[in-house]
Amino acid sequence: MNKPLRRVAIFCGLLVLALLVRDNWIQFVRADELSTHATNRRVQIERYANERGNIIVDGKPITGSVDSKDEYYKYKRTYVDGPMWAPVTGFASQAYDATQIEKIEDGILTGNDDRLFFDRTLAMFTGEKKKGGDVVTTLNGAAQKAAFEGLGKKTGAVVAIEPKTGKILAMASTPSYDPSSIAGYSRADEKAWIALEKDKNKPKLNRALREIYPPGSVFKVVTAAAALENRKVTDINAPTKTPEPYILPLSTVPMKNHAQGCENASLNRALEVSCNSVFAKLGDEVGRDKMVEMAEKFGFNAEQYVPVRSAASVYDKKMDRGGNAQSSIGQFNTATTPLQMAMVTAAIANDGKLMKPYMIDELRAPNVDLVKKNEPEEMSRPVSQETAQQLQQMMENVVSNGTGGNADLKMDGVKVGGKTGTAQHGEKNAKRPYAWFISYAKTSEGSPVAVAVIVEDSAGTSREDISGGGLAAPIAKAVMKAVLKTRG
Amino acid sequence: MSVVTNTTTIGAIEAPSRRNTELALLAFAVVIPVFAYLNVGLAIDGKVPAGMLGYGLGLALLAGVAHLVVRKWAPYADPLLLPLATLLNGMGLVLIWRLDQSPRLIATSMRRYGSFSPDAPSQMMYSAIGIAMFVGVLLLLKDHRVLQRYTYISMAVSLVLLLLPLVPGLGMDSFGAKIWIRVAGFSIQPGEFAKIVLAVFFSGYLMVKRDALALASRRFMGLYLPRGRDLGPILTIWAVSLLILVFENDLGTSLLFFGMFVIMLYVATERTSWIVMGLLMSVAGAVGVASFAGHVQARVDAWADPFSCATEGVAACQQMTQVLMSFGSGGILGTGLGQGNSDLIGFAANSDFIFATVGEELGLTGVMVFLLFYGLIVERGIRTALAARDPFGKLLAMGLSGAFALQIFVVAGGVMGLIPLTGMTMPFLAYGGSSVIANWALIGILIRISDTARRPAPAPAPSPDAEMTQVVRP
Repeated sequence: MNKPLRRVAIFCGLLVLALLVRDNWIQFVRADELSTHATNRRVQIERYANERGNIIVDGKPITGSVDSKDEYYKYKRTYVDGPMWAPVTGFASQAYDATQIEKIEDGILTGNDDRLFFDRTLAMFTGEKKKGGDVVTTLNGAAQKAAFEGLGKKTGAVVAIEPKTGKILAMASTPSYDPSSIAGYSRADEKAWIALEKDKNKPKLNRALREIYPPGSVFKVVTAAAALENRKVTDINAPTKTPEPYILPLSTVPMKNHAQGCENASLNRALEVSCNSVFAKLGDEVGRDKMVEMAEKFGFNAEQYVPVRSAASVYDKKMDRGGNAQSSIGQFNTATTPLQMAMVTAAIANDGKLMKPYMIDELRAPNVDLVKKNEPEEMSRPVSQETAQQLQQMMENVVSNGTGGNADLKMDGVKVGGKTGTAQHGEKNAKRPYAWFISYAKTSEGSPVAVAVIVEDSAGTSREDISGGGLAAPIAKAVMKAVLKTRG
Repeated sequence: MSVVTNTTTIGAIEAPSRRNTELALLAFAVVIPVFAYLNVGLAIDGKVPAGMLGYGLGLALLAGVAHLVVRKWAPYADPLLLPLATLLNGMGLVLIWRLDQSPRLIATSMRRYGSFSPDAPSQMMYSAIGIAMFVGVLLLLKDHRVLQRYTYISMAVSLVLLLLPLVPGLGMDSFGAKIWIRVAGFSIQPGEFAKIVLAVFFSGYLMVKRDALALASRRFMGLYLPRGRDLGPILTIWAVSLLILVFENDLGTSLLFFGMFVIMLYVATERTSWIVMGLLMSVAGAVGVASFAGHVQARVDAWADPFSCATEGVAACQQMTQVLMSFGSGGILGTGLGQGNSDLIGFAANSDFIFATVGEELGLTGVMVFLLFYGLIVERGIRTALAARDPFGKLLAMGLSGAFALQIFVVAGGVMGLIPLTGMTMPFLAYGGSSVIANWALIGILIRISDTARRPAPAPAPSPDAEMTQVVRP
């Protein structure tokens, strides 16, 4: 009976061999596919298994990580002053993925980034628990607070930039939401998420970066810059040949002025009282292509990455002369993000040099070692130094004598320049206009801050009161003040 | 002097008993699971687990008792079988204990039943009973040939055991497979015991009938075909297997018994034709049943492409995908004990699917080691069959080893998606009293046969011729 026994032994060996081969197939050949399969919850479990790194402002974390006692996803994101910082941080949710910094720097925050490979390997040997790295932002807590509280219950957004570096100091958007409320994956988180999705006020929308508004009169500084750069105006105090009423090109419609004394007003005067006719005519004289060129140098018609993506602001490249003239006063198809207007202001305040705006200063490894440091970077030079200084002179005049009086800091050694805007929108301008204000502060050491503020539809304010100077300028003032104070 | 040469020859034949080898291996078989236990504790709680000493001593005690019994009552037994079984049993305990610590399984149990009771202590108890069974087999079964007397009783008992799960009120449905019965609060898997009893029956039966089955045949196309009336036994077993497949919905059990019979038939008769017939019959049976019985079809679907039917929400498919992802996530080296997520499988993670935990936490490496351990047990069993001096012992050892090999193949193959999933469990590793106890008994019988096989031949009786020569001497 031994011969068949030996054969059966071989057969049993083959059975084991078949199992070994199959095991290699699923654990080696298909290992990657199976371990990262869409239905494999391990990917998510691993993601939340360790404490997430923090987003840091002024040396203090504005985020946290809490052991949620959940048996699947251990650590849950928490936020300090969530609604205030939401436009900066975005959210990191166990159910709804992540956005903004939380998403872009996810690798560092979870500790899975390739740049942290060495730390991870080291931690494996020292037995330390894996931890995420930190993201240090350029933001200024006091400025952010001033912006957020200034907006209050109103719908709007604020962006503040440090002109000489491009560092973003404040980025507020209201109405906001608390990212903590959707950080988990429980029924309550789901409810909060659905409520946010359904909310007509779109609290999750980051208006500072992702919403484009007609800029209205604040755009006039861009037109002024184009006129000066293209030598259409050489002396800002010389009268321009502007008729009253000024008839738009290719049209019979007169350009309406809300201010008095715009006929033949000088550029300086026109900006001070915000004459539509002067700027529409200048925009037409500069011409569409040169206007587009200037706008694009300031960053229009392109998405900005700060590193969170912003929407592209628009200055129409294909419109006719009439459209161009209207666009020159920030109407027609012109639309801009609050970030874009802050960039325009910052470039002027920085003597014509536009610095690339950014909000992440440093990436740090879990052991606080520096992983990456972002250095200021020049983006473009929209205007020459002389032009910039002429623009500053005019904008400072707006604050000291014109519509921007509400933004005057009245501090020794600090000059403030600004521009108001009240942009009409809707069918026949029936909707409540947007109140804009852009401004910068300047000391002998240069400009520490440039701000753009927009306040949307303001319930409870009568329509006549909605003007950049009345609603938006005080917020800009508070932000500038906060920045100046923290600088000592 | 011829007598002197005779004695020296006997002295040279005497094989070493290898009991000390067994003891040394046993030490490893105890120490390795203890370290694994420590590893789990450190990985999960970050500290040395409190039960480590108790667990270590308990395992050492059980192994020690088993060893002493073997040393006394089966001194020539195979030295590898006991350590291998101890190691697998010990690792099984560690894995079950590890899954007891899973907060997910605890929470699921709390939600579903309102309570949670750890399985490791019960498994420790079953292991103790298993070793007691092992000891009992060695003490009571002084000679395996005694079992030959119970051939036909075995047949009756095995039939009853196999069909018990079909008795209404007694059998219970566990995720489709009806291979369990519930008696006085205990779930018992009668198939595990039937495996052994059936091997006894087949051995006894085939030993008697082998000549008839082997010789009375006609040659046809190069094969020796059996006579029609000799087909009776194989047809009966085939029918019973199909009944199991259809009514108990378990391919594993069915395949196991039919396969075991075919192997033993082949070994007994040395006729390849039986293998050919067996293969043809199992294919015919499987295809026939799969095309008629819907629930079998569902299992085949879950095996063929689990990921596509999982998206349709079929529970069996989702479970299979979880098992496969568990293996896949382990990769080559695994996550380390206590650090995997095999508890995502949820249902039966520590019984039917315990091999997935091996796969995830010990990786490809660990799985291959375990498969080779099982392979070694089978190999030692077949070696015992080769060495056995009596045909009954040969057949019994072969039957038990073959059944063990088939069970490993059916279970591991099912869990790894090589063949459709079955309700049987990995011997020694998986949680379940029936399995542990029955397999310890199986190892006991193999050790008994191997002891008889390796025992030095008794001194030849003094030859009558020599006797006469002495008488003549003055």
